[in-house]
Amino acid sequence: MSSETPPTVSTSANSRPAGSGTPGEITTDQVAHLAGLARINLSPEEITKLTGELVAIVENVAKVTEVATPDVPATSHPIPLSNVYRPDVVGETLTQEQALSGAPDHDGSRFRVSAILGEEQ
Amino acid sequence: MSPEATRQHDLTRLSAADLASTLASREVSSLEVTEAHLDRIHAVDGDVRAFLHVAAEGARAAARAVDARRAAGETLGALAGVPIAIKDVLCTLDMPSTAGSRILQGWVPPYDATVVRKLRDADLIPLGKTNMDEFAMGSSTEHSAYGPTHNPWDLDRIPGGSGGGSAAAVAAFEAPLALGSDTGGSIRQPAAVTGSVGMKPTYGGVSRYGAIALASSLDQVGPVSRTVLDAALLHDVIGGHDPRDSTSLKDTWPSFAAAARAGQQNLSLKGLKVGVVTELGGDGFQAGVTQRFQEALELLTSAGAEVVEVSTPSFEYAIAAYYLILPAEASSNLAKFDSVRFGLRVNPTGGGTVEDVMSATREAGFGPEVKRRIILGTYALSAGYYDAYYGSAQKVRTLIQRDFARVFADVDVLVSPSAPTTAFKLGEKLDDPLSMYLNDLTTIPANLAGVPGISLPVGLAPEDGLPVGIQFMAPARADARLYSVGATLEALLEDRWGHTLLSQAPDLAPQEMFASEEGAV
Repeated sequence: MSSETPPTVSTSANSRPAGSGTPGEITTDQVAHLAGLARINLSPEEITKLTGELVAIVENVAKVTEVATPDVPATSHPIPLSNVYRPDVVGETLTQEQALSGAPDHDGSRFRVSAILGEEQ
Repeated sequence: MSPEATRQHDLTRLSAADLASTLASREVSSLEVTEAHLDRIHAVDGDVRAFLHVAAEGARAAARAVDARRAAGETLGALAGVPIAIKDVLCTLDMPSTAGSRILQGWVPPYDATVVRKLRDADLIPLGKTNMDEFAMGSSTEHSAYGPTHNPWDLDRIPGGSGGGSAAAVAAFEAPLALGSDTGGSIRQPAAVTGSVGMKPTYGGVSRYGAIALASSLDQVGPVSRTVLDAALLHDVIGGHDPRDSTSLKDTWPSFAAAARAGQQNLSLKGLKVGVVTELGGDGFQAGVTQRFQEALELLTSAGAEVVEVSTPSFEYAIAAYYLILPAEASSNLAKFDSVRFGLRVNPTGGGTVEDVMSATREAGFGPEVKRRIILGTYALSAGYYDAYYGSAQKVRTLIQRDFARVFADVDVLVSPSAPTTAFKLGEKLDDPLSMYLNDLTTIPANLAGVPGISLPVGLAPEDGLPVGIQFMAPARADARLYSVGATLEALLEDRWGHTLLSQAPDLAPQEMFASEEGAV
């Protein structure tokens, strides 16, 4: 990908576009949408401040596109390992009590959460 | 100062290696050593604030157990009975583990990190948990939800980050050893600005099981200390394969302590080729940092090393790649803080679905830097931008690895200043995240490539009297080489100075402590 190529909005079925536009054009609406995806409530003031900060940061990090030419393979892991297996035997595991020990709420055997579906669902 | 107080003071000044031999010869007990460090923490940590949690009773109990076994004639490990501080990013069964975040306030994990279990198995004495930038995001410890740690050299300055607590603890003689974690420099940069030693091992060389993950392709646990040999001794304890960490290397490692001792004893560097990284110096580096760095290079040359300039052009893109890869991985790793299995839960007024609870919890539980990076990571990973940002950053990573491979075909180790500046003032960069990010320029390439890096002190910058660090990097798996070369340079420097650098640090007013103790006697 050359530095001049603007990213295109993916049409992949299982992904949600975070917005459209070229890198650097980050709007408050877009930040609000990203906050929704990340499950973080943000105040309007926080959204405005973050938008400005993200614009500055993205302007700087976008330079990666200058050298990331199609012939360069991507590296996801610094020291490649493959086929990391262990013997298929039961090892030491947490007890139910240990697993629940840090939970904000539980019923003694399961984590307890509030309703998963909203009224409209 | 009473003889008792003098003895306690002296015990906190010893290196871990010297403490270990004093303990092995039974000149002192582990309980005595532990009490001396607890007293020191009590006296100075109100100012330094290196610790988030001090486990005084647990430490005393562990020390008594070691003393009993030694008295019974058992032969114990190399560091048995030596106290250690643990970065709060590591899970500990008997101490809260918060990673510097409000979202984990008071959380006590149901298991020990593998490195913590190894410390206990080797009979080290955990003193407590050290402060850090929230989830290790930062270069100053100012992003801790529990307030900043202060640099022992100047309490108005940052101790580096994210592992400022661990570095400050060893620099302030509150602990001879500490554990850190290094994702983009969080062990090495704090070491540099506090005049201590910090080592980021080869990626996969030390288990990360039980280390609260920031960016899984970058994170590495490693030793923090006051001497190169001490770091090596600790690395010998914590290193090696762990079946619980799927990224853990199965290599057989040599003794790092033996490498450090060899480096201390043989001060000739004849045959060693050292590459000075052009891209990690020059413009933008503080004059005193460059000066001390150049003097260290001259010392290497005078010891017989061949010092050459090398160029790694892709390093110019390292920070940009890092600040895409890190937030992307962090936004994914931190999704686990969802108010269900552990940590904080905030119920929004008027109730709501589990999703509303998550969003309210994460709003209240995460600080501004964590929110910033999660949103940035979510952006970098979102459809339409993924290829341009995350994809390109991963390609830059390949280019950086190629640069390392090319220069390591010609040189044995690379060197640079560990950080572009000495410790900056608390608050100075807090409102300018980008300028804070640029401070990691020198340390990030090693994380992107998975190679080991060590920082050790090379003096004080003339303009501000604050510590300057040098960083050595070696090819992946050549950690022992760093301990050997590092120990040689350390010995040459201390021979020239006639003392250790940290012996010159301010004493942080412990007189009060000894005065009160004398009063009590």
